[in-house]
Amino acid sequence: MATDAVEQAVWSAQDTTPSAIDGALRALLQEHHESDQAFAPARVLNLVAVVDRQWRGEIENRLERVGRFHPSRTIVCAVERGRKTIDAWVSMGAVGDAEGGIHVGEERVELTIGEQHLAALDTVVDPLVVPDLMTLAWSPHGYDDAVDSLELAGVVLVDSVQSVDAKSAIERAQRLLETRYVVDLAWLRPTPWRERIAATFDPPGWRSALKEISAVTVSHHPDSTVSGALLLGWLSSRLGWQPAKMEPEDNGIVARARTHGRKVRLRLEVDASMPVPGLAGITIETASGMKLSLFRGAGGLQAKRRLPGGRESSWVVVGASRGEAGILGEGIRQALLRDPTYGPALQHACEMLH
Amino acid sequence: MATVEEQIKQAEGEEANPLVEGLERLPVAPTTLVIFGATGDLAKRKLLPAIYNLAHEGALPERFNLIGISRGDLSDEEFQQQARQSIAEFSRRKPDDTVLDSLTGRMRYVTGSFDDDSMYDRIGKATEEFDREADLAFNRLFYLSTAPSFFPVIAEALGKHGLNEHDDAEVRLVVEKPFGTDLASALELNHRILSVFHESQVFRIDHYLGKETVQNMLVLRFANMIFEPLWNRSYVDNVQITAAEDIGIGSRAGYYDKSGALRDLIQNHLLQLLMILTMEPPVSFSANEVRDEKVKVLHAVPPPTVDTVPEIAVRAQYESGATGGEDVRGYLEEEGVPDDSRTETFAAVRLQINNWRWAGVPFYLRHGKRLARKTTEIAVTLKPVPHLAFQQEGSVGVEPNQLILAVQPNEGVSLSLVAKIPGARMSVRPVNMEFLYGTSFMSQSPEAYERLILDTMRGDATLFARNDEVEAAWAICDPILEAWGKDDSPLPQYTAGSQGPEEANALLEPGHRWRAI
Repeated sequence: MATDAVEQAVWSAQDTTPSAIDGALRALLQEHHESDQAFAPARVLNLVAVVDRQWRGEIENRLERVGRFHPSRTIVCAVERGRKTIDAWVSMGAVGDAEGGIHVGEERVELTIGEQHLAALDTVVDPLVVPDLMTLAWSPHGYDDAVDSLELAGVVLVDSVQSVDAKSAIERAQRLLETRYVVDLAWLRPTPWRERIAATFDPPGWRSALKEISAVTVSHHPDSTVSGALLLGWLSSRLGWQPAKMEPEDNGIVARARTHGRKVRLRLEVDASMPVPGLAGITIETASGMKLSLFRGAGGLQAKRRLPGGRESSWVVVGASRGEAGILGEGIRQALLRDPTYGPALQHACEMLH
Repeated sequence: MATVEEQIKQAEGEEANPLVEGLERLPVAPTTLVIFGATGDLAKRKLLPAIYNLAHEGALPERFNLIGISRGDLSDEEFQQQARQSIAEFSRRKPDDTVLDSLTGRMRYVTGSFDDDSMYDRIGKATEEFDREADLAFNRLFYLSTAPSFFPVIAEALGKHGLNEHDDAEVRLVVEKPFGTDLASALELNHRILSVFHESQVFRIDHYLGKETVQNMLVLRFANMIFEPLWNRSYVDNVQITAAEDIGIGSRAGYYDKSGALRDLIQNHLLQLLMILTMEPPVSFSANEVRDEKVKVLHAVPPPTVDTVPEIAVRAQYESGATGGEDVRGYLEEEGVPDDSRTETFAAVRLQINNWRWAGVPFYLRHGKRLARKTTEIAVTLKPVPHLAFQQEGSVGVEPNQLILAVQPNEGVSLSLVAKIPGARMSVRPVNMEFLYGTSFMSQSPEAYERLILDTMRGDATLFARNDEVEAAWAICDPILEAWGKDDSPLPQYTAGSQGPEEANALLEPGHRWRAI
């Protein structure tokens, strides 16, 4: 579908107040409605991102690239050390199809605030969000305390692989889950892996093999221990395993999980050759000798299966890479959905990494 | 709630897959898709791009093969190249070369005539080769994207060659519309197909059912308390279902002149919309529960007799006019249309649904080509308020509330309300409360064919027409066609680019008027 951009309206002010910014937003909306009958403001969700003033551009670039999954209203709070006042820049534009359809609005509020404002961030942001829409909060530069205490945010976006250590990342996500929903990019990246594992065991003839799994090995980028642990946690929680704490073993870390009187060996190992964060591969073995492997490869996931008799087959699972921009866009979209399997997977990952 | 199919599987001792919980994309069994008519227009414009988009999103089965069947003498490589071109031209997203390479690498081509026995042997060999190579039994999906006359020929030939069943795997048949040209031919088509395939294997595609707005009608009705109490004869005054096109027949004269507006859209798409709009809530959303309720609606529509047709149906043909500022030809001047053609390019009908919920409410259905603009919508008009205390001089007027379900091009729902005009006087005018898919959801609606192809691979027939639905729809339309066939009076005309023929107003009950297209 061909698209055309509609003119962008902008307002800015220094040493301003949330109330003045809210007034500017309403005035810009009215201007757009008057000048463009096809204008329709998007009303999906608010995104509040708390970032370093210095690195604001990087986050804005990431948000620019999320494509159609953009939030309706994005509020970027750029923190500048020592600042006492609030500056604001508000823009309102729209993109529509060139064939006479509607022009969907996109609203952005960029605030420059000081550290002192973080303690009462609710009072800055609350007047600026679109009421009755879900609000998603994100702290890509580590202002976790400010975001975690933002009560108006029903959903918090985290990326557990960005944390200094896997354990503290998992603990934060667990803490947040007690009061709100969490969208974890470290959980979303391996979604195609979970889908393929589920599909492999979906034919009725294969489902009984789930009860025979004897070993699972996940290899990952050096910074992606959390993603690996979440994948193991997912299998463990879905299949009713009881995992023990992971211990170092053979250049990896290993846990034994108990299930119905037998044990499953769960192993995480680093693949230093991985050029990008994420998972490198997974191998699932069963007591009867079946072995399924999925590895990241050109053109999609490379799948390989060895049957108990030794026969092997391999194939490529077709699908386009979403890239990091796609993952962020997916994270924003997922704020409106609910995955009931993340919490239990997180709990099992926590038990293994403690 | 588990579907009937899931309950049966569980009753048979088959355990649920615990790994699918929480996944947006449910697993689809390994499938070999066989497209008859793979070089035709539908395959190029819709099927191959839809399959590409499913592949791009990782929604295809992890093991997937495609066999194209057509009469042209092509190698596998030439067919793959044609498929690439079609996808590049018609896909809703720019193709990713890596995905395209992987997908087309799994495509094969079998040449032959649909009535040639040896071709089915070659299809059998090609499908078995895929099974052997992967060491598993792929489900087989035969997609009939051919001229309708070949539907029974292909179905019977598949049966004759044992391709209607497959050990340890499912075999399904997808049939495109039209499902017959009248009740007799529909009965014969169903009889011939069902002599080879079981009804549960047959998927009759009506692509309107794959549209998000159409599916959303069920959610709107059955998940919102605000509408259902009003959804009956006590509050609904009349319903109009419109499918208007601003284009003419293009290069489809050969097909269209034999079909006409009633057969082309009203008998299938518009009656499907009518069923979904008026059906009773199903016990569950399993395929048969939903279709049981849908077909009851058609059974409650009294078919006209040949004598009563002039009172409930109008037809017309477009004459030259203008659309988009350009002069356009009349139907009889279109290339390939016989000079004496009496095929209707506009049809409108007024139907009743004789049940407790809807008795007495007129349902107006209309479809036409070369109308003022392209739109498909359902307008549900509520009864007027019993007394107006507010209307004063200066009011634009009070209109009954209307709920508009827009199917295309802008998918959404709007509700007209009456509001006070700002100012000292108590003047009022209608305003709209709008819900637009484009502003309320971040995801782009998938093409209807993407959803429907995926459903056929998953074996979910909820959004497909069952044989009894098709036959019941023909039972309503047959007397109209018969009456029109006997009528040799001059055919009403309407100007291309207009709202349609004046004669359509004769269908309306007192106080009603057609909604502007």
